[in-house]
Amino acid sequence: MTPLLTVDRLVMRFGGITAIDGLSLQVPRGAITAVIGPNGAGKTTLFNCLTGFYRPSAGRILLHEDDGSERDLTRLKGHRIAREARIVRTFQNIRLFGGMTVLENLLVAQHHALAQASRFALAGLLHTPGYRRAEREALEFARRWLAELGLTAVADTPAGALPYGTQRRVEIARALCARPRLLCLDEPAAGLNPRESAELNVLLTALRDEHGLTLLFIEHDMSVVMNVSDHVVVMNFGRKIAEGPPEAMRRDPEVIRAYLGEEDEEAADA
Amino acid sequence: MGYALQQLINGLTLGAMYGLIAIGYTMVYGIIGMINFAHGEIYMIGAFLSVLTYVLCTALGIGPTPLVLLAMLFVSVAFTALYGWAVERIAYRPLRGAPRLAPLISAIGMSIFLQNYVQLTQGARIKSVPPLWQGGVTLWSADDFRVTFGWAQLTVVVVTLIVMAGFAWMITRTSFGRQQRACEQDPKMAALLGIDVDRTISLTFILGAALAAVAGMMAVLQYGVIDFSIGFIAGIKAFTAAVLGGIGSIPGAMLGGLLIGLVEAFWSAYLSPEYKDVATFSILVLVLLFRPTGLLGKPDVEKV
Amino acid sequence: MTAAVISASSPLALRLRDALAVTVLGGLLALPFIGLVTVEEGGALTVRTRWGAWGATLAALFFGRLLLRAALDAWRSRRPARKRAVFSSGDAVLRRAAGTSLLAAALLLPVFFADNRYVIDTATTLGIYVMLGWGLNVVVGLAGLLDLGYVAFYAVGAYTYALLSTQFGWSFWEALPAAGALAALFGILLGYPVLRLRGDYLAIVTLGFGEIIRIVLLNWTSFSGGPNGIGGIPRPSFFGLAFARSAEGRTFHEFFGLEFSPMHRFIFLYYLIVVLALLTHALISRLRVLPTGRAWEALREDEIACKALGLNTTTVKLSAFATGAMLAGFAGVFFAARQGFISPESFTFSESATILAIVVLGGMGSQLGVVLAAAVLVVLPELGRQFADYRMLVFGAAMVTIMAVKPTGLLARREPTVRLNPERSAAP
Repeated sequence: MTPLLTVDRLVMRFGGITAIDGLSLQVPRGAITAVIGPNGAGKTTLFNCLTGFYRPSAGRILLHEDDGSERDLTRLKGHRIAREARIVRTFQNIRLFGGMTVLENLLVAQHHALAQASRFALAGLLHTPGYRRAEREALEFARRWLAELGLTAVADTPAGALPYGTQRRVEIARALCARPRLLCLDEPAAGLNPRESAELNVLLTALRDEHGLTLLFIEHDMSVVMNVSDHVVVMNFGRKIAEGPPEAMRRDPEVIRAYLGEEDEEAADA
Repeated sequence: MGYALQQLINGLTLGAMYGLIAIGYTMVYGIIGMINFAHGEIYMIGAFLSVLTYVLCTALGIGPTPLVLLAMLFVSVAFTALYGWAVERIAYRPLRGAPRLAPLISAIGMSIFLQNYVQLTQGARIKSVPPLWQGGVTLWSADDFRVTFGWAQLTVVVVTLIVMAGFAWMITRTSFGRQQRACEQDPKMAALLGIDVDRTISLTFILGAALAAVAGMMAVLQYGVIDFSIGFIAGIKAFTAAVLGGIGSIPGAMLGGLLIGLVEAFWSAYLSPEYKDVATFSILVLVLLFRPTGLLGKPDVEKV
Repeated sequence: MTAAVISASSPLALRLRDALAVTVLGGLLALPFIGLVTVEEGGALTVRTRWGAWGATLAALFFGRLLLRAALDAWRSRRPARKRAVFSSGDAVLRRAAGTSLLAAALLLPVFFADNRYVIDTATTLGIYVMLGWGLNVVVGLAGLLDLGYVAFYAVGAYTYALLSTQFGWSFWEALPAAGALAALFGILLGYPVLRLRGDYLAIVTLGFGEIIRIVLLNWTSFSGGPNGIGGIPRPSFFGLAFARSAEGRTFHEFFGLEFSPMHRFIFLYYLIVVLALLTHALISRLRVLPTGRAWEALREDEIACKALGLNTTTVKLSAFATGAMLAGFAGVFFAARQGFISPESFTFSESATILAIVVLGGMGSQLGVVLAAAVLVVLPELGRQFADYRMLVFGAAMVTIMAVKPTGLLARREPTVRLNPERSAAP
């Protein structure tokens, strides 16, 4: 089976610093891939390249369409990656529309479809049947995800007023409302208590098995990584140092060295 | 040729003043990442204080020019610095960590307040003082045209050079300068290392205001005419200078000030004096569009 | 917590010391401006002292600070643990009631003051500011973009009508849509290049743009009449019926068989601005619950998240900018038609600042708040000259205070645009 996404010799430089240094990896379709690595390994930078926030200095990011064609995402403008390539992300430091309610957050995620139905707000101002139908559908779609993630009760609460763990779930629900093909989660378990963390495991597995989504996530919480991922990519100093099934990664000497450190590590990387 | 030389001198004088004000914008931007919209009013306050001191000296019969100059400098810098400090304390400090629009609006409110405060207390009419001294160095003369570097202009340029040199020394060599630069890089880390960030920010405002006061005094020496509204346009121009030089960069502010002064002088002389402000604004827009980091600024990576 | 403990131990001494410090610093600041003044005497400046005023300032600072501290401490100790606001429906009911009574008052005003030109005129001015405030509220309050040159679009509208009517004979109703469209176009032309900039850059660029428009109007004499402005701008007619004692066509009073009265025109102008403002209100309220409006608010809350969800932030910003500009354009047409004469004097930065103050004081995003703030701003100077002089001083100070106390604005209680459970309005 072809992968969904191929990252090909990606390089990202900031001034004199090379945050990603010739990284290649593949994201298998319909599976959960974890990206792990020490702080500063370039994981979030990778996400920023994938989702169009950074324009890579070199290399390609290829999206494999269902019909077998390929599309280079590095040429696509930021917001069009979410809209056309349908790669949607969450953020390490949750970025919700804090003053707006949870439901409104989920509707903003469906902006493109709704805006088209409202035809530059004209159909919306006139309240045409076409727009009303689109609005009903969007609400229904949001309602389904709210129920699935157990957020129905807080739907009308301002997102910024919710507890941290709930905010994380709202952010995932919002990303899901943008109808992603690939969902990128940046440290989804950070700041969660053990119970919430276990719930996250169940959710991620369900997204893969029941909704057929492809997931890519950055995580430091090894229990989540080991429990849910099908494939693990280990990064250090902007490079991939190992990849494979989670069990194998646990025993990989390179990985152990990256995490525990060794004296010649810096010499080897410099 | 002679005409152009004269414009060069005029532009240099003007640029020196803009540069002094621009440093205040750039330092504050560097340390707390916001435009201090009230900075133009601080310059205006400095100019008013200079006029007040001058008139006081005359009334008290303090004669010799150098003494008057020193008194003007001292009083204007001291009180304006106090105003700069108060502005930060009242309008900006309570807003650390507030939504991003809040400090901007607060700054505009402060600017409106200060302008009306001076108008109400000192009157809306123009204040003019006679030139402290006439004449200057004649650099070039043809049959009917003489290029002079007026004494006032010379003073402006020399004082600005001295102040800027002293200031550069302070930023690069003293412990305050190191703390200031550390807070610019990373205020949280600086706080962890035992730097009093609040105090450093206060000092930054005080210094910026002091430089603006010098500029205000220079304006009085050079033009001898001020009113409560001079801060508005001068502020925008100095801000343009800071952006042109690269906001956050102190040498950039000086360079930017100089360039803006020269552009304004030559534009007024050769194109149209009515549209000289339009020329500056156009530079601002063009720089922001095509080189937002300015001439000497560092690239700014969007943090996600 | 600690503050409460300390203030309980020896509140008076602490407060006295605090008030003294404020008085000393404030007194120093006030000395050269309040204590001393330069006045022109016989062609030269001299210094006068005003020790009385200075002393009064000192006293005001000392006792004002004491009172403020006491009030703050009392408020803090009594205030229960703060909860983040949850939307309540009772609030919405109250607000609707206030809105309805304001509307009734607006509609009935000419009935009670039919002969009082002064009241009608002031109310008309108020209407213009309400409309401008609502328009700017789209840009600042909803989309979170700070526009400091809003008056430029107002000027575009006013000059468009002035020129179209005096040069080409366009009527008010023909020029109104044209001027709105032109103002919106200006908004897009200015916005397109600069909207990518950070918020504070945007603020200063719009400020510059406002000045450019004014300078051009001032100096391009053949086009705009320069500082002399444009006069003889025709007044709007009532569907073709002129408000005059006699005119070429039929006049208003002839058609309706009324005794001629100059008040007819003023009342008509008043109702005209009320209608324009109501249309503005309806448009904005409707846009707010549409994808466009929700995107504006999302942009205000977090621009990066908007991008990650596939929103084209440039388009979103442009639509907010253009909508605000268009509304200012409409207001400008009305202004020109009402005054009959316009000049660059009317479109200075202080006008932009005034409108911004209305939006900020009223509560960003709150329609009702804008009306109240505009009322304070317009009515206050009418109460007396001293109020007029101190108006902007007070407004500047209020902007600073409000940002420190409640940065979302005084009346900003956001009403959700949609609810999942409409019957159970308050969520747990």
